[in-house]
Amino acid sequence: MSIRLYIPLDTSARAVGADRVAKAVVAAAADRGVDIDLVRNGSRGLYWLEPLVEVETSAGRIAYGPVTPRDVAGLIDAGFLTGADHPLRIGNIESHPDFARETRLTFRRVGLIDPLSLPDFEAHRGLNGLRKALALAPIEIIDQVIRSGLRGRGGAGFPTGIKWKTVAETRAERKYVVCNVDEGDSGTFADRMVLEGDPFMLIEGMIIAGLAVGADKGYLYVRSEYIDAFRVLEKAIAIATDAGLLGRSVMGSGKTFELEARLGAGAYICGEEMSLIESLEGKRGVVRAKPPLPAHAGLFGMPTVVNNVQSLTAVPYILGEGPEAYEKFGQGRSRGTLIVQLTGNVKRGGLFELPFGISIREVVEGIGKGTRSGRPIRAVQVGGPLGAYFPESLFDTPLDYEAMAARGGMLGHGGIVVFDDTVDLASQARFAFAFCAHESCGKCTPCRLGAVRGRELMDRIIERGAGPVETEMLQDLTTVMTDASLCALGGLTPLPVMSAFKHFPEDFQRAKALRSAAE
Amino acid sequence: MARHRRWDAALAKQMALRLADKEGALLPILHELQATFGYIDDRAVSVVADVLNLSKAEVVGTISFYPDFRSSEVGETVIRLCRAEACQSVGCEHLVAHLKDTHGIEVGRTTSDGRLTVESVYCLGNCALGPSILVEEQPFGRVDTTLLDELIAEARR
Repeated sequence: MSIRLYIPLDTSARAVGADRVAKAVVAAAADRGVDIDLVRNGSRGLYWLEPLVEVETSAGRIAYGPVTPRDVAGLIDAGFLTGADHPLRIGNIESHPDFARETRLTFRRVGLIDPLSLPDFEAHRGLNGLRKALALAPIEIIDQVIRSGLRGRGGAGFPTGIKWKTVAETRAERKYVVCNVDEGDSGTFADRMVLEGDPFMLIEGMIIAGLAVGADKGYLYVRSEYIDAFRVLEKAIAIATDAGLLGRSVMGSGKTFELEARLGAGAYICGEEMSLIESLEGKRGVVRAKPPLPAHAGLFGMPTVVNNVQSLTAVPYILGEGPEAYEKFGQGRSRGTLIVQLTGNVKRGGLFELPFGISIREVVEGIGKGTRSGRPIRAVQVGGPLGAYFPESLFDTPLDYEAMAARGGMLGHGGIVVFDDTVDLASQARFAFAFCAHESCGKCTPCRLGAVRGRELMDRIIERGAGPVETEMLQDLTTVMTDASLCALGGLTPLPVMSAFKHFPEDFQRAKALRSAAE
Repeated sequence: MARHRRWDAALAKQMALRLADKEGALLPILHELQATFGYIDDRAVSVVADVLNLSKAEVVGTISFYPDFRSSEVGETVIRLCRAEACQSVGCEHLVAHLKDTHGIEVGRTTSDGRLTVESVYCLGNCALGPSILVEEQPFGRVDTTLLDELIAEARR
């Protein structure tokens, strides 16, 4: 009988050598005449332990990590194929304290199963949500999503069920479901992990959305930087189509739903839903003014649901286990779980699915164990390039939509980037403007020109320090961008800039020459 | 440049025709052209415009909007270096400086021998294990100057 081993195909695991470890394991096993069955799974999300190798033994799955190709021979000789002791032995990864504290609803299968095995997916409660949805009327599906309290995970936090209801109630000859997989925010990778680790879950969520709103075609718009994840997704769509999950009659129900994955082309702005729609139509990704909302006139002028990966992947759980099972987690108006991605200068980074309400401090200190550099944490940026910089004094803020907004920040897509005390927040503010200038679609003036003026202004502040004139200009410019930009790119760029200015004024007030003299 | 084919108008037209029935076919066609030829030749504009019944301005406008679409051939190896916040926090700008100071390589350019192109990218989704780079399609994490030196040497070999 062959021994089953798991080594992730996840991009981050591959970035630290998972492919080389897999090769070494296969070669070493062949040398010793051991028959192994190697599964390339998704990552468990504890990235500091990658490459993580798991072995299926009579005592359950035993993990070893981080494994290098050089460790492999020693591991085999020590008997790791039967779960024997070794300095790299972690034991059952699900008992690891950082994994055990998680509440895995959406990510319950990621890392556990073979991402492209439909039987494996079904054996772990896959398709339960879809089966239930097929027995319900569209309005009943929508009602369950509304009752779960699920809010859009792309950043805006709009209730998913209400969005679906609007599309369902709009009459049209065709409707679309579009999944936004243009996960461009620095500090986030949850969508990539879904594509690489459990793509059938996303397909299941999209089919349910299609049934709910009456759409028979769905598109997934994947950023081109995720080329490997895109390929896994394409394979999953082909397998799901062959199995009759997708196509003219979803699971024999007589209802049609087809899916197609499309690649973006390097434009961050295409994560904005209107520009994503333009891009899917084959045009420049220029933001469209709202109204009309995409729910009324979206892709090719038809009613369109545009949802984030994390919104759609929460749906199979909600339908399968019931809205109450989801709604019971979280606090206030933030229900269910938050997919925290802990990144940057952090000792133990990764993905952690936790109920809303855990504090920033719990995450960066409790789970992250401080910086990788070993220096003190000075700032975190929460919610991507358009999210605020928070100082240590705000680390007790709970991670939920309202609490973050009350302190001038936002959750965004759940990414947290940690910076140590060598960070210069004036430079980070400059970068926020420069990024906006680089990525602006050019449609509205506050974003197109404001970002360039902002970058110039920050150059001046970094050179000479912010006097009363510069301060007033900065406030004036960011107010105009906030109030008058067409979309979130220009509208939220002031968030990182002004949070840095407010919480780290010392970085803006000393000129460069003085600062370097002091160091 | 064995990995890419030389410009071939008949082949380009054939590729465009094959994908023309898709809704919003322009981006898939452009991706296909670039994957085949390594860049999107100016001569492709009228071919694609013709097949999709678009104006040349619409095709040029779309090509020029997206950073991915290149108008000329790139180096034999393309290295994409992430310069977004998560990689900034672990020193990606030191790598940019190292490339320039030690190797004379400017990010955003192709080396004069045509062997190597280094581009900036804003997030590769490997933010817990940065700094991150992508050499062609192979990701590398926790990149330091030693690893970078090895990868550059390999690309130039």
